[in-house]
Amino acid sequence: MRTRAAVAVGAAVGGLSRRLGRGGGSVIGGRALLALEPAALARLSAGRSSALVSGTNGKTTTTSLLREAAGTIGPVVTNVQGANLPAGLASAVASGEPGATAVLEVDEAWLGTVVDAIRPTVVVLLNLSRDQLDRNNEVRSLAGSWRRTLAARPDTIVVANADDPLVVWGAGAAPRVVWVGAGQPWTADASGCPACGGHVAFAGAGLPAGAGWACTSCWLGRPALDVRIDGDRVIATDGTATTLRLALPGRANRANAAMALTAARLLGADPEDAAGAMAGTAEVAGRYRTVAVDGAEARLLLAKNPAGWLEVLDVLRPAPTPAVVAINARVADGRDPSWLWDVPFERLAPRVVLATGERGRDLAVRLRYADVEHRWYPDPLAAVRAGARIARAEADGAVDVVANYTSFQYLRARLR
Amino acid sequence: MSAGPSAVRIALVYPDLLGTYGDAGNTTVLAQRLRWRGRGAEVVTVHAGEAVPSSCDLYVVGGGEDLPQALAARDLGRPGALHRAVEGGAAVLAVCAGLQILGTSFVGPDGTETDGLGLIDCRTVRGRGPRAVGELVVEPDPASGLPALTGYENHGGVTVLGPGARAAGRVRSGVGNGDGGDGAWVGRLWATYLHGPVLARNPALADRLLAWVVGELEPLDDGEVDALRAERFAAAAGEAAPATRRPLDRIAGLVRTARRP
Repeated sequence: MRTRAAVAVGAAVGGLSRRLGRGGGSVIGGRALLALEPAALARLSAGRSSALVSGTNGKTTTTSLLREAAGTIGPVVTNVQGANLPAGLASAVASGEPGATAVLEVDEAWLGTVVDAIRPTVVVLLNLSRDQLDRNNEVRSLAGSWRRTLAARPDTIVVANADDPLVVWGAGAAPRVVWVGAGQPWTADASGCPACGGHVAFAGAGLPAGAGWACTSCWLGRPALDVRIDGDRVIATDGTATTLRLALPGRANRANAAMALTAARLLGADPEDAAGAMAGTAEVAGRYRTVAVDGAEARLLLAKNPAGWLEVLDVLRPAPTPAVVAINARVADGRDPSWLWDVPFERLAPRVVLATGERGRDLAVRLRYADVEHRWYPDPLAAVRAGARIARAEADGAVDVVANYTSFQYLRARLR
Repeated sequence: MSAGPSAVRIALVYPDLLGTYGDAGNTTVLAQRLRWRGRGAEVVTVHAGEAVPSSCDLYVVGGGEDLPQALAARDLGRPGALHRAVEGGAAVLAVCAGLQILGTSFVGPDGTETDGLGLIDCRTVRGRGPRAVGELVVEPDPASGLPALTGYENHGGVTVLGPGARAAGRVRSGVGNGDGGDGAWVGRLWATYLHGPVLARNPALADRLLAWVVGELEPLDDGEVDALRAERFAAAAGEAAPATRRPLDRIAGLVRTARRP
């Protein structure tokens, strides 16, 4: 009764916030809900199946794909606005029909709290790497807190990326884990063994190709895979092979889809139905959207840290297609853009790059040292228009626009 | 890497342990500023577990988390290759955890006092307040002849200099060592809490380190960096004046509560 009243108040507050134009309303509504009924998240989640998706990169895309895949078995409720802290989650779960499967993106630092409240059916752990340098100064301690939480959840099945040592440490004490070879090209945050502090060797850098990774001092290494990815096919050890037909580009999205597919099967979905449902996703919250700008086609891409950039570099169209890169350093981006120096921007050459965003000057200096031809624009929209001009004159009319979190939101709202 | 017999050899020490804050960029800057002047540069990347050569001309030791920092200090040894290099006249840039490691002691991951390399007469203890996080502006020791330095700091340590060390500069805004000074300057060894990375934002310091190795260098066109420096000095002044900063940060704080991307 108390929960139902709190849900009503939360919905009213959220609706008021939306009508006042203060935002999506899910966070403030959820805050009201949690203030009136702190156990709301647990009570609202009781008796329904649920899957939580966490990690540094790919949360929103994987959650979106899993929502489609899980939708093949019944109604789904999700935090589609991406509000991924407890207030947003409570609001999301309260908004759906009773009993609907909950598919929720969860901030990596809040995973323990949310797992303890929701007691999820499935937890999907994608990857862990440096992000928001001013705040998360210990990415390793996040893995440790995941480990403590999941060790105490015998009823939860963890779907974990076996190629990321930090994820393996975080998931490795859980009673039930499905290991997916989802890849992790960025290894710099996991070279110190999370178990013993020793040196982790990776395939191609101390280990033979295909060997995954292993600590050189202790037992920790890549677990035997339950699910592997071979091109567009996701192959499970039970003999099921499912072909992905994704509209989303790139290696990282095939990995996200393999994780979502595996989680959907654990929720009861048929793999072919799930793959079919995921194939229809062409953009996720503006990512990969193509918009017309001054007669050119601009494609929007999000990259907010070095690991994300490594994936995006493989998705970019080759030169002479120009690239607009927009960098901010607000609180939600992390206030410290030093990570720009961990991105191999040298690989952008010989493209022309239009550097912009509130920290576009930091980027311009980075590009100068990377010997990448670039121009600086204070106004992100002016940079995109300049990119469109170059695209029309020198390329085939296409320009890639890569932005980090708040600069992406800025451009997404203005480029439609 | 374009190396020749006269190429300057720049060692990047344990980037896998001490590379959290983009400090590997310091070697990129050093090498490029040599190449742009037609000189050879070779970056020698030394990963954890590998032997640090004592024959390089310049060493870059960056920042990292608590456990990797302790591992790096243990592996560098006391005395070790870095001591031999410094005795032989090599230049060293040490940033944040690098600064702490080069001192006599710092706080280990278990909270206990841990031996540093003892190359600088300073010890680092845990600060009482919150971590020092934000823009840092330093007026370098006037004897260095360097212009003001800009960067970003992120550390929980307070560094206390002994009689055998002097600060590399005075803090204009930010925290630095915690007593009004920043880092330490001993011979050809420059240690600082500035990252960003520090040499990307402060080409004069990069050229000073290089000059210690190869002698004075002709100037480069640093207009793009000058524009960045002007912007960062203005931003630091804004951060130091709370009245101008608060409204924006309140809004940004709301974003943070709503969603941590």
